[in-house]
Amino acid sequence: MKLVILETYAQASEWAAKYIRNRIVHFGPGPGRFFTLGLPTGSTPLGCYRKLVEYCRNGDLSFKYVKTFNMDEYVGLPRDHPESYHSFMWNNFFKHIDISAENVHILDGNAPDLQAECDAFEDKIKAAGGIELFVGGIGPDGHIAFNEPGSSLVSRTRVKTLAMDTILANARFFDGDLSKVPTMALTVGVGTVMDAREVMILITGAHKAFALYKAIEEGVNHMWTVSAFQQHPNTVFVCDEDATLELKVKTVKYFKGLMLVHNKLVEPLYSMKEMGAERSQSKKPYSD
Amino acid sequence: MPSNKSVSDAPIVQFTNCRILRSHQLQREDLWVREGKILNPEKLFFDEKGSADIQLDCKDSIIAPGFIDVQINGGFGVDFSLATDDFKSGIDLVSQKILSHGVTSFCPTLVTSPPSVYHQVLPQISIRNGGAHGAGILGAHLEGPFISQEKKGAHPEHCLRTFEAGAFQDLLATYGSLDCVRIVTLAPEMKRSSEVIRELTKRGICVSLGHSVANLSQAEEAVQHGATFITHLFNAMLPFHHRDPGIVGLLTSDKIPAGRRVFYGMISDGIHTNPAALRIAHRAHPKGLVLVTDAIAGMGLAPGRHTLGQQVVEIDGLNTYIAGTKTLSGSVATMDTCVRHFQEATGCSVETALEAASLHPAQLLGIEHKKGTLNYDSDADFLMLNDGLYVQATYIAGEEVWRQDALGM
Repeated sequence: MKLVILETYAQASEWAAKYIRNRIVHFGPGPGRFFTLGLPTGSTPLGCYRKLVEYCRNGDLSFKYVKTFNMDEYVGLPRDHPESYHSFMWNNFFKHIDISAENVHILDGNAPDLQAECDAFEDKIKAAGGIELFVGGIGPDGHIAFNEPGSSLVSRTRVKTLAMDTILANARFFDGDLSKVPTMALTVGVGTVMDAREVMILITGAHKAFALYKAIEEGVNHMWTVSAFQQHPNTVFVCDEDATLELKVKTVKYFKGLMLVHNKLVEPLYSMKEMGAERSQSKKPYSD
Repeated sequence: MPSNKSVSDAPIVQFTNCRILRSHQLQREDLWVREGKILNPEKLFFDEKGSADIQLDCKDSIIAPGFIDVQINGGFGVDFSLATDDFKSGIDLVSQKILSHGVTSFCPTLVTSPPSVYHQVLPQISIRNGGAHGAGILGAHLEGPFISQEKKGAHPEHCLRTFEAGAFQDLLATYGSLDCVRIVTLAPEMKRSSEVIRELTKRGICVSLGHSVANLSQAEEAVQHGATFITHLFNAMLPFHHRDPGIVGLLTSDKIPAGRRVFYGMISDGIHTNPAALRIAHRAHPKGLVLVTDAIAGMGLAPGRHTLGQQVVEIDGLNTYIAGTKTLSGSVATMDTCVRHFQEATGCSVETALEAASLHPAQLLGIEHKKGTLNYDSDADFLMLNDGLYVQATYIAGEEVWRQDALGM
């Protein structure tokens, strides 16, 4: 497990975006070779999305050969509702990048048979060859996707009822009216995310500090579902200083000491422009 | 390769690198067009898994809805109030030429004329869509002859009429046909005007108050019977008086039926209305302001003598007078000039200036679901403008119908 600690939210977002960029560029996607990326919604990843959009605009990164799978979607909320995760992904990410619609996968919370929709989603992930990098955020109660406290740590994509905490927290997006907040969602399971070859979890802000502590300093616990990733062979937590407030000084110092090593993951920063140039010189500039 | 076969094979054009006027704001968004309509790209993406066939770089232009001119008497030597056998080619010429002013649809306007003119001209005006041939025609605006003698302005006195005897039947007999009539300007103080206003409104024709000496209560009564517009505010009506504000008082009246809005035309050419008066009107009732050109045959021509219906007018710069008098007749300003002058004079936002020439006239005519906005599923009639609000290109139904040649810019 890696823990990457940056000073601010902006720096944490940029670090995460650089990491995603390097992973995609290094992978060398192309026709018949798609990079599969799992994506979250919420306020935490916004800064990271903005950076990725910037890279795409500058031609450093392309999503032409990237397939995306989103973590979750509300049940019964119209797809074009401004708070739906479809709308979120369109407005904050997809409309700004060069991704093809057929490579985007978001659960349909209005499907006639919700469980069939969830099963089909798992099949689509499988058909795409599994997920290369799953990016996630967490709630203050340590939930990853909508795997609320108490969820099974081997769960698969399914219908979930939202916890009261989550409904209360979401009320601000629905005119503060609790009756308008969806109470159910479709979500990938903890097991679904665990199957990804790599997982990156963004945790920023003081209000997430206790969750980060539960995620990494205590044991694996289904009441803090994000703690399951302690057992994933390749997980990186990216956080800001505020999110470390509940950690032991020892833990923070240890991981800060490792930043020299971890920063090598984003330095040098690769670009698809250079890849194109180098490709013309040598047939295999990078090998996995 | 169109990737949207499921819904339509028509090519999808994405206008990029632009700021579009939507929801009263310039937004950094792309504009998507298919089959002459504005397309919702989110629906295209998620429902059809589609993408653009053509991407056009707008080089940071402003994209705004096409202008709608609800009062234009002619231009380029053509006078809509002159009954000629060649009327059609005249209206074709004007509709083609005003594309360069950003006008994508308009109401050809006839000033007070003898019945024979209406009988001859009106059957030759047809409502039609715009295109490469010219701006769309929304229907005629008949300004007079049921107007006040005292406030006739540039209208010929001998042609004025009343509908005292037969009310609506008199009006019908004068005009002949109302098939393609969209707006009628009349003076509400005329006897039996209430009946006439109700009849016109019932037929979906917009009634405008103007060339009138009506006091405020007469004007309010007219609005209660269905009138929704004021023809060139301040011009050809009683001046604002604090004990009887007259028609001008409608801007802040508290007797407007709930849910209704009174619109008012403004000739914002810097001559017909003093900038201070323009500001007063705008601040009092910003959502009702409709920019009109009231352009006459001389618009687009060199200074000199031109006709306006039965009269001869003299043009000197932006001033147009009935020959030999100091009576202002219509203007020779173009719509884009009026928009720029309005913004300069009132210090309003770019959005407000553009909406006064697009959204507001569309709302006045009740066509805001397809014209006057860049909302999804609206007609793709739009303009590319630079930051100084000079029109660079005009589009109708998604097709480029006019472009400023590169050298001219």
